[in-house]
Amino acid sequence: MPKYILKRCIIAVFTLLVLITIIFFLVRLLPGDPFNDPKVTDEVRARLEAYYGMDKPLIQQYFAYLGNLLKGDFGVSLIYTGRSVNSTIAQTFPYSADLGLRALGLALVVGLILGTLAAQKAGRVIDYVCVLVAIIGVSMPDFIIGALLKLIFAIKLRVLPAGLWNGFSYTILPVVALSFYTLALITRLMRSSMLEVIHQDYILTAKAKGLSNFQVIWRHQIRNSILPIVTVMGPLVAAVLTGTFVIESMYAIPGMGKFYVESVHDLDYTMVLGMTAFYGIFLVSANLVVDILYGIVDPRIKLAESKQKADDGEEG
Amino acid sequence: MTETKPNEMTGTPAAEDALLSIRDLHVEFKTYGGSIRAVRGVDLDVAAGECIAVVGESGCGKSVTAKSILQLLPSHNSEVTGGQIIFDNVDLLQYNDREMQKLRGNKISMIFQDPMTSLNPTMTVGRQIAEVLIKHQHLSREEARKKTIEYLAMVGIANPEKRYKEYPDRLSGGMRQRVMIAIAMCCNPRLLLADEPTTALDVTIQAQILDLMRGLQQQFNTAIILITHDLGVVANMARRVLVFYAGKVVEEGMADDIFYRPRHPYTWGLIKSMPRLNSEKKEDLVSIEGTPPDLFAPPKGCAFAARCDHAIQLCLEKDPPMFNIEGRHCAACWLAMENMPDALRPAWMKAEKVNVEDFD
Ligand SMILES: Nc1ncnc2c1ncn2[C@@H]1O[C@H](COP(=O)(O)OP(=O)(O)O)[C@@H](O)[C@H]1O
Ligand SMILES: [Mg+2]
Repeated sequence: MPKYILKRCIIAVFTLLVLITIIFFLVRLLPGDPFNDPKVTDEVRARLEAYYGMDKPLIQQYFAYLGNLLKGDFGVSLIYTGRSVNSTIAQTFPYSADLGLRALGLALVVGLILGTLAAQKAGRVIDYVCVLVAIIGVSMPDFIIGALLKLIFAIKLRVLPAGLWNGFSYTILPVVALSFYTLALITRLMRSSMLEVIHQDYILTAKAKGLSNFQVIWRHQIRNSILPIVTVMGPLVAAVLTGTFVIESMYAIPGMGKFYVESVHDLDYTMVLGMTAFYGIFLVSANLVVDILYGIVDPRIKLAESKQKADDGEEG
Repeated sequence: MTETKPNEMTGTPAAEDALLSIRDLHVEFKTYGGSIRAVRGVDLDVAAGECIAVVGESGCGKSVTAKSILQLLPSHNSEVTGGQIIFDNVDLLQYNDREMQKLRGNKISMIFQDPMTSLNPTMTVGRQIAEVLIKHQHLSREEARKKTIEYLAMVGIANPEKRYKEYPDRLSGGMRQRVMIAIAMCCNPRLLLADEPTTALDVTIQAQILDLMRGLQQQFNTAIILITHDLGVVANMARRVLVFYAGKVVEEGMADDIFYRPRHPYTWGLIKSMPRLNSEKKEDLVSIEGTPPDLFAPPKGCAFAARCDHAIQLCLEKDPPMFNIEGRHCAACWLAMENMPDALRPAWMKAEKVNVEDFD
């Protein structure tokens, strides 16, 4: 197991490095630059570039940036003087994390329950309802769902707030809108993987032991059918994360997604880079956790590991 | 043949000493193509502590019969359309889910054909056994653990403390079947349904598993229904044998009756297709020609008639009832009827003790 984790960690660090490198050079390739303003004279521009170290060769800037990153310094904004990327992240990320975690939690709980229910009642009405929910959720983009929910519950029925993030009632619409796609995906995955598990011989064994239906489902079916879900958790976290861009703008939530979009628009190089690096670190760690979780849930991975160890031992 | 008194049997009453008595069991599967009549009027008795064998080609309804005892058939497409399954003087078909759960794995347990897929891959083998003890004997986790380790040792698994914590992947097929046996036996059941318990294992392991089952049967006085398509497995295990064909019992008797005085051409076919150690002409070893009948629409007459070398017109028209031959030996074949002309009967059917080699 430790070897498995170490291997994953090395891969994670490497992935991050590649990501940051690509973004660093890609942002510079975008047409225009942050000081692209008629009011900025050449002289002022030269001073600004010198101030931010942008007069040096690109490759030198790259290594300087990496060096700062290692110290945990994401740099300062090129647009808003005196605002550091770190403080922006510190201010906005909690909102995004709150929104994202709630959405993910909702998607997981409801998705797993719906998927299990659908598989259990395969071919009956409940199954069809769940499948319908799944199809709608997967095929409708979150901005449409977000807009629809807002229209119905905030504007027509006036039962829930249409924006901002000031308490539980404010969270309902954006969280539901953001979780819908993930929820649908989990429902679908859980249903199909559970249907497969239901027909396995060991489920018959479990029934032949005299376990109740609930015990069979809880102890024998869920654990085996959850594996495919654990594998896609990484991409799902990513889906929720990118969803926050849209939902935060739509519901005027002062989260990181909103700032990210603005920074790209302003060509605020350091801000874009810093936030990308942050998202990158976040996603890669999420994937890492998932990989490790997978190893815990599925003993076969542990097994492969210990076998490998045994083989190594023989060689050594 | 002259001193035997064959007579037609109609609706045998449940044997007095029977632990389990199946009477006229009918099971159907509903499919898009129509109903598959998988079991068509099976009678079966097992006395306490007795080991009987159920043999027959694959697809003849052995597993369906066994699963219907525990109500383990898929509920969405199968139905018991008639009959009784009397265990300990109660008809199990009247039991609800809850009552069945109390019985399963406790008074009646079952082991399956493929040990590689019958254990949950994400649960330690120890817990898979302990779970049963906790369920039925209401033991604490710790007590269940201790008892599980005892059972692991009892079924011949070395190093039980270590094995307890292992996942099924670490165990060979034979070991896993031992674990399955431990699961089945840990509540000391009165009846064990063993559905082809050795079919998936290689020959040396087969013998070990059968030995183990025989030992446990004597130790705990558990009745066993041993299901197999291999007559070779039966010989040392079962006192009595039921031969299944197309969802029915076609011959039943003590093991010696079946092996040495078969009275149904299908049984004879099975015996002839048994691998023989001293046979020189192994390549001649053929299974019975033809295929079993379509269970969507079983034939009007004897289901075996189309494959039978000795079929007469009557066989095609009327399904034979069970004819009593001697003691508990009976066969569902018109040629076994008392006043059937002897000339119609093949030589092996008339012999007092058949020797397969003589009839090749
Ligand atoms: N789940 C099922 N759905 C439909 N038909 C089935 C099912 N299980 C068994 N059958 C039918 O029942 C018949 C008997 O099957 P089974 O009892 O499993 O045979 P065996 O004697 O080999 O154990 C088969 O011919 C098969 O067509
Ligand atoms: Mg079978």
